[in-house]
Amino acid sequence: MKRLIPVLITSIVGTVLVFSVFFPMAETWGEDFSLFFDIIAVFAFFLGGGNLVRVHLIKVLNKKGDWKFSIVTLIAFAITLTAGLFKFGSVDIAASVTAEGTWMQTIFNNIIAPLSSTMYALLAFFVASASYRAFRAKNREATILLIAAFIILLGRTPLGMFMTGWIPEWFSIAQIPNLAVWIMNGPNLAGQRAILIGVGLGVVAMSLRLILGMDRTYLGSDHD
Amino acid sequence: MTNIGLYFSIGIIVIGLLAILRYSLKGKDIDRRIIFLFMFITVASSLLFKMEFPEKPTLIVKKVFNKIENLPEGSRILISFDFDPAMKPEVMPMANAFVRHCMVKKHKLYIMTLWATGQALMLESIEEVLKPEFPDAVYGEDYTSLGFKAGGVGVLNVIITDFRKMYATDEHGTPLDEIPLFAEVTSAKDMDLILPIGGGAPGPKEWILFVGDPGKVPIAPGLAAVVAPLIYPYYPKQAIGLLGGVKGAAEYESELLRNYDQFKDMDTPALSMMGPQTMAHIVIIAFIIIGNITYFRKRRMNDNA
Repeated sequence: MKRLIPVLITSIVGTVLVFSVFFPMAETWGEDFSLFFDIIAVFAFFLGGGNLVRVHLIKVLNKKGDWKFSIVTLIAFAITLTAGLFKFGSVDIAASVTAEGTWMQTIFNNIIAPLSSTMYALLAFFVASASYRAFRAKNREATILLIAAFIILLGRTPLGMFMTGWIPEWFSIAQIPNLAVWIMNGPNLAGQRAILIGVGLGVVAMSLRLILGMDRTYLGSDHD
Repeated sequence: MTNIGLYFSIGIIVIGLLAILRYSLKGKDIDRRIIFLFMFITVASSLLFKMEFPEKPTLIVKKVFNKIENLPEGSRILISFDFDPAMKPEVMPMANAFVRHCMVKKHKLYIMTLWATGQALMLESIEEVLKPEFPDAVYGEDYTSLGFKAGGVGVLNVIITDFRKMYATDEHGTPLDEIPLFAEVTSAKDMDLILPIGGGAPGPKEWILFVGDPGKVPIAPGLAAVVAPLIYPYYPKQAIGLLGGVKGAAEYESELLRNYDQFKDMDTPALSMMGPQTMAHIVIIAFIIIGNITYFRKRRMNDNA
């Protein structure tokens, strides 16, 4: 029973969502299930938040490795949650949680935004280092990849046009920016489409297995 | 003075690269910290001394520009800010350029986000671009903001048939029925164009799969550079065009500058970022060449030994 009910719910919801795409009469059922999902997703926030506190609290209490960072996490969580729940700094309780002057906006602009941007910006350094090590013309395939990388790197900057802008219009395909576009629209497109179709077929097969109750791994252990 | 600083920096970089090249001829690998240092000097000097290049829009960007340009006045355009601060430097210039273009063409703007972190960025665009540059625009009549709604694809699945089922009110708590812009709007199918901006999930790809394609609504996404190749398969049918990374944003900004005199003094962050991006790409190419020289040199030395 503990496994039968979730499997039945999955089968019914899955079947209705498939039908809602093909039959107009079932369209509203699909919408309703999407709304149910939205409501259930709210509980996931509680579960996620609760789990975060539990994991880090245990770590701090047992003084496990890097437990001091867990204190930072817990304090940041508590402050952000309080600022968001009580809308501190907001003139109107109905106003947006990130409206001008709110604590939440201050936290977002002065902590979240610069930290996220910094982490993302570090990618430039790692990309440069990885390119130096990885792009080696070891064989024919690697050489083709290397040439494609050169064209894309130059094509994504004005330098590409600067270097090959002199090529006459009737042979403009040889201009580096146009070559870069060709690589994206030709070889890249073919590869991506093949992957997409493969993934699509895989999703259909996986969905059918879930709807028919043949795959129950999402329920955890396979033992009743 | 600015040029002297820039030339001096470029000189240092070139001399440094030549020194590394000489080192690599001995078949020795260079420490990654040296690469980091070069990247830092390259990006910092290009930013400090404001290195800029002229841009020419590619066809894929031009198609987006022309679509907004040729829509009749008063067309409904939805912009979704589906990104976080990490992606902001790359995609926010696109968002601001779209807002400017839509407002100058007097289109009706519907703004929303599927990302919790997109809410503040969406407000930033409204407060720092839309309101100051278009003071005559009236909220509810010329633009409206639905804010953030959790649920990702679930939200898209509902708004494709009915906005009101998912959004009882706008971001400010006003019922949708009291907002003039929603008087004749039932669902996302009533939009003339959707401009999803982002690079994660839910994002432009989900907009294409769950709204654009089934609802037959034209979509023109603005994307972070890393995900742009993944969206190319949907161009040109499901996505009428696309803006990929800083380059796409810079091309769009250049097109706005070329076509509208009123924007000649506007902030152009994407065009400004193309200088550092160009220099960084050149340095990466230089390091790839140096890496290959080291590789072949090492191989020859091993063969001889």
